[in-house]
Amino acid sequence: MYRVVEARPLADRVHALVIEAPHVARNAKAGQFLIIRKEPGGERIPLTVSAVDDDRVRVIFMTVGATTHQLAELQPGDTILDVAGPLGRPSEIPSGETCVVVGGGVGIASCPILARTLREAGNRVIGILGARTAELLILEDEMRTACDELYLATDDGTKGRHGFAADVLKEVIESVQVDSVWIIGPAIMMKVTSEVTRTAGIRTWVSLNPIMVDGTGMCGSCRVIVNGEVRFACVDGPEFDAHGVDFDHLMQRQRFYFEEERHALEHHHATRCGCSGEERHG
Amino acid sequence: MRLNTTTRPGAGVRERNGMAERPVEERIRDFEEVDTGMTPGEAMEEAARCLQCKKPACINGCPVGIDIPGFIAEIAEGRFSEARSRILEANLLPAICGRVCPQESQCEGACVLAGKERAINIGALERFAADNGVAELGEERPVSLAGRRIAVVGSGPAGLTAAAELARRGHKITLFESLHEPGGVLVYGIPEFRLPKAIVSTEIERVLALGVELRTNTLVGNAVPVDDLMTFDAVFVATGAGLPVFMGIPGEETNGVYSANEFLTRVNLMRADCFPEAGTPVKRGSRVVVTGAGNVAMDAARVARRLGARVILVYRRREEDFPARCAEVRHAREEGVEFVTCAAPVRIHGTPSVTGVECVRMEMCELDASGRPEPRAIEGSSFIIDADCVIQAIGTSPNPLLVRLLSGAATGRKGNLVVDEDGRTTVPWIYAGGDIATGAATVILAMGAGKRAASVIDSDLASRPEGEI
Ligand SMILES: Cc1cc2nc3c(=O)[nH]c(=O)nc-3n(C[C@H](O)[C@H](O)[C@H](O)COP(=O)(O)OP(=O)(O)OC[C@H]3O[C@@H](n4cnc5c(N)ncnc54)[C@H](O)[C@@H]3O)c2cc1C
Ligand SMILES: Cc1cc2nc3c(=O)[nH]c(=O)nc-3n(C[C@H](O)[C@H](O)[C@H](O)COP(=O)(O)OP(=O)(O)OC[C@H]3O[C@@H](n4cnc5c(N)ncnc54)[C@H](O)[C@@H]3O)c2cc1C
Ligand code: SF4
Ligand code: SF4
Ligand code: FES
Repeated sequence: MYRVVEARPLADRVHALVIEAPHVARNAKAGQFLIIRKEPGGERIPLTVSAVDDDRVRVIFMTVGATTHQLAELQPGDTILDVAGPLGRPSEIPSGETCVVVGGGVGIASCPILARTLREAGNRVIGILGARTAELLILEDEMRTACDELYLATDDGTKGRHGFAADVLKEVIESVQVDSVWIIGPAIMMKVTSEVTRTAGIRTWVSLNPIMVDGTGMCGSCRVIVNGEVRFACVDGPEFDAHGVDFDHLMQRQRFYFEEERHALEHHHATRCGCSGEERHG
Repeated sequence: MRLNTTTRPGAGVRERNGMAERPVEERIRDFEEVDTGMTPGEAMEEAARCLQCKKPACINGCPVGIDIPGFIAEIAEGRFSEARSRILEANLLPAICGRVCPQESQCEGACVLAGKERAINIGALERFAADNGVAELGEERPVSLAGRRIAVVGSGPAGLTAAAELARRGHKITLFESLHEPGGVLVYGIPEFRLPKAIVSTEIERVLALGVELRTNTLVGNAVPVDDLMTFDAVFVATGAGLPVFMGIPGEETNGVYSANEFLTRVNLMRADCFPEAGTPVKRGSRVVVTGAGNVAMDAARVARRLGARVILVYRRREEDFPARCAEVRHAREEGVEFVTCAAPVRIHGTPSVTGVECVRMEMCELDASGRPEPRAIEGSSFIIDADCVIQAIGTSPNPLLVRLLSGAATGRKGNLVVDEDGRTTVPWIYAGGDIATGAATVILAMGAGKRAASVIDSDLASRPEGEI
């Protein structure tokens, strides 16, 4: 059992949980994730390690399906049945480089720990955060302290630049000599944004989020195609060379259980909220 | 209920008593156990058939060396608890082995009656004693001060056995498991209808009651760095052969293509058959193609049947070459699994989801190294089997994760850890056994390896002065 010590909403449908999980906290590094199973019979869901403090880890998630809705109901003092991790490989941290960390939507969750780690290793770090609208631009303060420079962009222009993170990235690489780029966000955002660095030949990492079960390399559910080869994201990744990733395949596999997931969410609303499946958490 | 009695015609030949099985129409609608076990009368009758050989061949066929005539004699006398405690001396997981050992190639294959009459049904008797006896192990040595700290990585049959045997010798054991439940393949792979999870957990509780500290959710290598592992006095690596092998044919990345591990884990460990009450979904195909013909393939096929699909099992050799236990093949057939033999999948069709599997016919040529005819594709013989789900059960290889972090550990061709016959790896104080050392094998071989390594670790540690690494 793992105790929830902090639970708070950060934005519309975005929540942060701080969980006491010493074995994860002591060993977790930027780029890694953990797997949560809330209760008996529950699904195992992967979430990125967003921050580590002593014996505690923070995760930030968006409510999309049944399990994330359940997690959003947790209060401090509640417990989570299983927390496994850290899983996956840590980010490959260079030194003495100029690095750009681009976060999109809830992918921003992974950015501060990465930016901080890069900075501590002696890199100059430029952060770019993009979201649909101002409210979803989470963790701005943390990123401001973690980065040397920070740029913001919103699709609707309510904060920062009016446009996409990709537009900002394009300007940054035109004005500064950039060595490495990390892009973390929804698959479609990573696909589009990583095109910006392809022709410039800048080493670019993306953090892939296929559907997982065990997270230990045992099932193959998380297989992704990188440079034409099948890789298991949970043990070979989750970070891969962006320019080799088959994003269309990733998105195709992410949609595999679409029907079942909708069904599960309806079931969750019917049994938990007493409502008829209508979205209540928005 | 029908009694599966395999009788040989002829006067004076006593029948071999089998176990009762639930009727097919009933059992393919649920996940409850297919074999219902022997009644006390049947067990005693079967036990009475044993010749109580002076030099019992059967024992040589059992990798953990159970006193088979000994426990059978107790059953024959109606002393079921004594029978159980006899078995427990050598085998800590009898309710499991009685159910899943490939007895025909182990103890029963070695029984002197195997050729003439019919081998004693040792597996069913072992299961009977385990289920019906109430004895527990005799008094245990408590953790002694002289005991050392030993890490066991992986809680499948190899790890559980090693942990228990070392704990019985007074050592302090930490058993690490990356999943949320201990048991390895016993909980995530072998289905409920063949090995009820309640039985597995009772057997595991007995092991833990010896004072073994279990740490689930702990992937060693990540959650416990190898440097931390090295602070233990000895380490037994039993991480299994869980890495799924894919065929490498076009279309494998299509939605609806599963490894057997994923499919079985979703259903057995995560209870996807109860979705959405249980949170994990699984695709309920209407026509499922399973590739392979080992135990894993039979399990996947029978699970898919229970989820309501028509199931076609494709294998590149002949039916007599199926590697699965006989009982599993028979059960699969009874339950309506269709077999397509001498055929190999070459391509999976459909985007984004599977629509069919293209196969070619195979002809059997001269014998290969394993003594079986080598299958060869017949040109122009391809055909398509319609399917909306494909489950690949063509094998698994040793888990690479921890192995590649153990510097200095020699590995074999399949990625297995190389060990000597006592289970020592090439790294001092690191031992290994079970599927991680042998590649995918059997429960009882894994237990045998765990048991042997435990006694070697114990004696190696005894000859090492305290404090020396
Ligand atoms: C390594 C890794 C790290 C992740 N880190 C985070 C994180 O820090 N914060 C966060 O909010 N999410 C993260 N995800 C995604 C998260 O795991 C899924 O959102 C979650 O499993 C959904 O569970 P659910 O039961 O609520 O929804 P489900 O009912 O399972 O799914 C609902 C919807 O989400 C989509 N979905 C399902 N699984 C995934 C997935 N793995 N990735 C993307 N979409 C998915 C489905 O297609 C569906 O449309 C991560 C995924 C991976 C693999
Ligand atoms: C579907 C299926 C059906 C089978 N049917 C039969 C049968 O009928 N009869 C039979 O005799 N055999 C059968 N087998 C084979 C048998 O189950 C295996 O040979 C046996 O389980 C091997 O035991 P093990 O202890 O070596 O490994 P496993 O049972 O594989 O256990 C390894 C454990 O280690 C854990 N682990 C891995 N890496 C780490 C790490 N780094 N840190 C912590 N934990 C880790 C895994 O999660 C797992 O729990 C079957 C196998 C399968 C898959
Ligand atoms: S443990 Fe397996 S091999 Fe040994 S006697 Fe029992 S069934 Fe036979
Ligand atoms: S070999 Fe067969 S008959 Fe002889 S003791 Fe063993 S089980 Fe009994
Ligand atoms: S999630 Fe099972 S292998 Fe990656």
